[in-house]
Amino acid sequence: MDLNNLNTLPWLIPVGPLLAFVIITLVTNKSRMVRADDSHEYGGHHPDYDGMNVPVVAPWSRVASIVVGLSGVISAWLISWRVFFEAISINQFGKDVIFADSIDWLSNGLDTFRMGVMVDPLTAVMLFMVPLAVLCIFIYSIGYMAHDPRQARFFSLISLFAGAMLTLVVADNILLVFVGWEVMGVCSYLLIGFWFEKKSAYNAAIKAFTVTRVADVVMLLGIAYLFFLSYEFYGFATLNFRDILYNEAFLEYAAGTNAIIFGGLGLSASAVIGIFLIIGTIGKSAQFPLHVWLPDAMEGPTPVSAMIHAAAMVSAGVYAVIRMYPLFDAGGHVHAGDFTAPLLLMAVIGSFTALFAATMGVVQRDVKGVLAYSTISQLGFMIAALGMGAFVAAFFHLITHAFFKALLFMSAGSVIHAMEHGEHHVHEHHAHDHHHDHHDEAHVESVGVGDEAGTHPPADAHAATEDPAEHPREAGTHFDPQDMMNMGGLRHKIPVTYYAFLAGGLSLAGFPLLTAGFWSKDEILADGWYVFRETGSGMHLIVFLVLALAAFLTAFYTMRQIGLTFWGEARTEEAEHAGLGGPESIISRTMQLPLIILAFFAIFAGFVGVPPDFPILGSIFAPNGNPFFDFTKYALMESIQPEKPTFSWIPVLTSFGVALGGLYLGWLIYWRNPLKAGDEDPIKQPLGVLYDLWMNRYYMDDLYGMVFVRPSQWFSAVVVSTFIDKGIIDGFLHLVARAFIWTGDLIKVLNLWLIDGVSDGIPEAIGHFGVWFRRIQTGRIQQYLLLAAAAAIIIGLIFVVSTTLLQAAG
Amino acid sequence: MEFDILGLNPLTVLVFGPGLSALIIAALPNNKVLSRWLSLALSLVIAAVAVAVFANYNNTFMDDPNVSAFQFQTQAEWFTLLGSSWHLGIDGISATMVLLTGILVPLAILISWEVDDRPSIHLALILFFEMGLMGVFVAMDLMVFFLFYELSLVPIYFLIDQWGGKNRKYAATKFMIYSVGGTLGMLLATQLIGWTAGTFDIQQLSQIWPRFMGENGSFLGIDINTVKGLSFAGFLIAFGIKVPIWPFHTWLPDAHGEAPTAGSMLLAGVMLKLGAYGFIRLVVPFFPDVWIGEINLLGLQFTAAGLFAFLAMLGIVLGAFAAFGQNDIKRLVAYSSVNHMGFVAIGIAAMAVAYGQAWANGSEEHMQSGIIAANGAVLQMFNHGLSSAAMFLLAGGIYHKTHTRDLREYGGLWVKAPIYGGIFIFTSMASLGLPGLNGFVSEFLVVRGTFPIFTWLTAISMIGLLFTGAYILKGIRATLHGPFNMKWRDTALEIEPREVVAVVPLMILIVITGIFPNWILPIINDSVTIMMHSITG
Repeated sequence: MDLNNLNTLPWLIPVGPLLAFVIITLVTNKSRMVRADDSHEYGGHHPDYDGMNVPVVAPWSRVASIVVGLSGVISAWLISWRVFFEAISINQFGKDVIFADSIDWLSNGLDTFRMGVMVDPLTAVMLFMVPLAVLCIFIYSIGYMAHDPRQARFFSLISLFAGAMLTLVVADNILLVFVGWEVMGVCSYLLIGFWFEKKSAYNAAIKAFTVTRVADVVMLLGIAYLFFLSYEFYGFATLNFRDILYNEAFLEYAAGTNAIIFGGLGLSASAVIGIFLIIGTIGKSAQFPLHVWLPDAMEGPTPVSAMIHAAAMVSAGVYAVIRMYPLFDAGGHVHAGDFTAPLLLMAVIGSFTALFAATMGVVQRDVKGVLAYSTISQLGFMIAALGMGAFVAAFFHLITHAFFKALLFMSAGSVIHAMEHGEHHVHEHHAHDHHHDHHDEAHVESVGVGDEAGTHPPADAHAATEDPAEHPREAGTHFDPQDMMNMGGLRHKIPVTYYAFLAGGLSLAGFPLLTAGFWSKDEILADGWYVFRETGSGMHLIVFLVLALAAFLTAFYTMRQIGLTFWGEARTEEAEHAGLGGPESIISRTMQLPLIILAFFAIFAGFVGVPPDFPILGSIFAPNGNPFFDFTKYALMESIQPEKPTFSWIPVLTSFGVALGGLYLGWLIYWRNPLKAGDEDPIKQPLGVLYDLWMNRYYMDDLYGMVFVRPSQWFSAVVVSTFIDKGIIDGFLHLVARAFIWTGDLIKVLNLWLIDGVSDGIPEAIGHFGVWFRRIQTGRIQQYLLLAAAAAIIIGLIFVVSTTLLQAAG
Repeated sequence: MEFDILGLNPLTVLVFGPGLSALIIAALPNNKVLSRWLSLALSLVIAAVAVAVFANYNNTFMDDPNVSAFQFQTQAEWFTLLGSSWHLGIDGISATMVLLTGILVPLAILISWEVDDRPSIHLALILFFEMGLMGVFVAMDLMVFFLFYELSLVPIYFLIDQWGGKNRKYAATKFMIYSVGGTLGMLLATQLIGWTAGTFDIQQLSQIWPRFMGENGSFLGIDINTVKGLSFAGFLIAFGIKVPIWPFHTWLPDAHGEAPTAGSMLLAGVMLKLGAYGFIRLVVPFFPDVWIGEINLLGLQFTAAGLFAFLAMLGIVLGAFAAFGQNDIKRLVAYSSVNHMGFVAIGIAAMAVAYGQAWANGSEEHMQSGIIAANGAVLQMFNHGLSSAAMFLLAGGIYHKTHTRDLREYGGLWVKAPIYGGIFIFTSMASLGLPGLNGFVSEFLVVRGTFPIFTWLTAISMIGLLFTGAYILKGIRATLHGPFNMKWRDTALEIEPREVVAVVPLMILIVITGIFPNWILPIINDSVTIMMHSITG
């Protein structure tokens, strides 16, 4: 393949990670069997395998898997960036010039559907962000997964994950997007359930897959409909983005055709397709009411969380709707306040979710839990922004969010790692005490030795070997290294992580002027305000206000999280001994380098999107216009390119106000008077009932369990399998069979009576025949076959002879 | 490019080769090793012929009027008096099925090496079964079709009855009586059609029979529409049981569940396709008017095609629910066939509407959708053949090692069987219709094709697609995930090399079809297209 042909080069982008997946799975994933109670060899998250031998990745395989996985991602990264830099060097890239190539893929009657790759401004920007974030996640995983017994499997799956995401990014049609979309779904399923022995892990995995699939089957229907509609218009099947999104005539046709489903509601074909596709994103990007899977998804290893929350999965959902935006806008003009049904749906769902998830984020105790809800909330910002027609702002926020959220998750992973380290230290310490007191309990010592090697058996295994009287806390509820209430004062223990977390957190909170999050969030608010002011669109004002409130809560819970985690004094012994195993260890280095890279982007990525008329900063960063805006707008046709909002103080001051206000409130509560050991969360009292409501996720999981999960289990097992199939259908069949048997019996009785009455000789003959026949019946299969063959030959002969004779006669 | 094998037509070889092989295996001394290797070798030879036939099938007939869609034809006198002749030939649809059969049988034979009870007869029956299957797919004469259709029942009956699980007698009897009973109506209809038309040639019948109007609209004093309707019903029930169409499906979980592994593989992999193939080859072209004719029942107005699509939808949805409700791994996989074959059925219904409308009034309105639905249905038959055979292979493998099919007895097996686990997840994902693997392509085609025709039924079918996910995840969860069940601590659970050899070809085809479906689809598409367009133009 010609590496200088920019049209065909994008094909190669996903190849590296996909190849890495194949190679690791087939070649380098080699294990040896190790006794499970040998915790020196078999650390990690496993239940008690009770003296069994379990597979553990061989040392060479660990290294080989890292090398192969990293090579795949680096190749993808290099090619992507080459394509990106070529793209940004072209003036008005996307308007006339794109990089595209396709092949014949699916025959349909007299024409053939083509499958291909395409790079336009949207793809190009994604090609900058995705491989970089993925590369950081891979590097981080080297350290994070260093001691996992199934480390090679992890690298193979996460390579597939990356490959699927890159496939989705370079796709030139929505069907290929869907392919990448679903493959990512499976990867997330397998990675969330990576520690598959844990009930919480496999349940979370099933939940993630099932909930997103609810949306995916609807999306599939939307794609099928679009496939049909494009055939009706063009006379050949196409889903190519340029064909369906860059052609005004087609969009007009789609908006002007009454839909074949829900058409009675006055919906046009483009509206129905749009809604179906948006439902797909509601599932994938965890929007209300399908958000329930994402908070549980943190059961997987932390790099997976970063992958799902930042680089890949949920970003893909938003990317898809941003990509399909012209279809949603067809038939309306949102910049004039005239919403189409799909855009209105997005505006409502997005803004609601942004606020809804933020409220739950306020009360979380789990360090990753806060981030999970913040992801849902921030995705709501993007969806709402797109619903308001703020195309560029939504995309900009997608990119900045990816950087700071990947950063935050990996920092949280470091925090958890540090806490686990502290936990082992404490445990080791106790184990030694124990050892001195009771010399006979050698098994406790053996666990302690394992800890010295840096492995981490699960906490509940410890609890089982400990004396409950001496360590009541461990014997009761096991220690949760992710609970922020157990932390405190970590800024002294893991300073690099602290500053990284601070950078990511401030960016998330939208700390004014300095952080990337501020610029993207401000642009969303500015766009909303601008349309409201120009057209008086009430919907834009509502979205603006709701998002502003959500931004306030975001700033607050971010400050709460940082305060609880890093400030004050250590609230537990574990937090006191937390650490990453010294600055010199390779684990510590591989886990810190990505944080530094991402922190850079979490701060500075925003300066590519500064509005040119912003006081002072505009003339510094955007003397020739907003570079991000001017590049990405060519992803759209000229007629629907968004207008640049003129500068207004109201949205800027709002951004300042909510960010600083939220941060100040957080500072007031959690920094000025840091929580002390044993203290209750200070917001519990004032929130009252709300605290419980938010803590229990508005009881939505319970509701779904009651309304959907258990009824469908009952319906499957009881109604369909037992009642309909075994009861009614088989019952009917058995009845028919019995009727035939009765009839047969009746005839048999009649026969006996008749024959008995006629002669004694005949029954005797029949008796003989019966004996002979029974002998055949009980004989072997060969005899059956022989008989069948003989019968077939005889019948065949009779047929042949008779036809020949008849022919001769005729 | 047509070719011959030692002067014999390759289709003749495909039909009689397996039969002859079965006789050789059965006649040989009862030597386990010999009969195993020999039957594998013979089935591989037949597979090679099947692949060669497929590869040499020439689909340039769209551009070249001198090329017929039906190739490798051979015709010999048979029951001339009845108008029946020994006529074999294949088009793209049959070629696909021949390929599937040819590939699956050697793999099934490899799997049945695990049978120690009368192995040579077991293997001979499988080969005999192949003869019946091949015969149906290559028949161009209705009598030949019927002959092989019934013939294929015999060996599989004995396979279930003699080598099946605990409940095998019930399952085998139910299967046999249901199948034979179901074909009675078809037999009568076959006789009727052949008699009135004076020929049993399927291609000629497709032209003659739909136009047959009897004498002034009545036949033997009965209204011709009633005659056609009853004949249609005969075929519908016979093939409907085989596919199976809901509610004729209850034999399937019993038969598939109780059959030995190789039997389940071929039952699900190929035998179900006989019914679907019968619909496409016979019922759609024979009854274009009946399919779209209005039926008025209990005040409800619907077409036969609409009813059929409705039942197909029920199969998709309730099949998925029923699979989700199972705790027996083989029954779960068996019900997944009801679910997947539902997509074949709804695709056929859409095809029938397009064909019927074009036949009745030359309307091309649904032509493209009908072609796509038919493509999807045929491709789904092929794909389901691959994935269900692989699923049964794996379910049988774990049953063979643990001697239980109860999902609740498993748990956490992945740790002791990492390779098995990987293959199991891969195959499950193929069955689930994961994009990138084969099932997705055909399901997408069917959904695309049926959506404009049966809009609401297709939309409701999506519930079935959702629950496909649910039961697949249930299967994976119960088998591989969770804490390890200590009961199997000392049991060897990892997949055997022989099983790996048998499943890998399926996995390769699953991936290739998923990533690049056009290696096979043009062969199907061109035959479907010419069949559909031949009615109007």
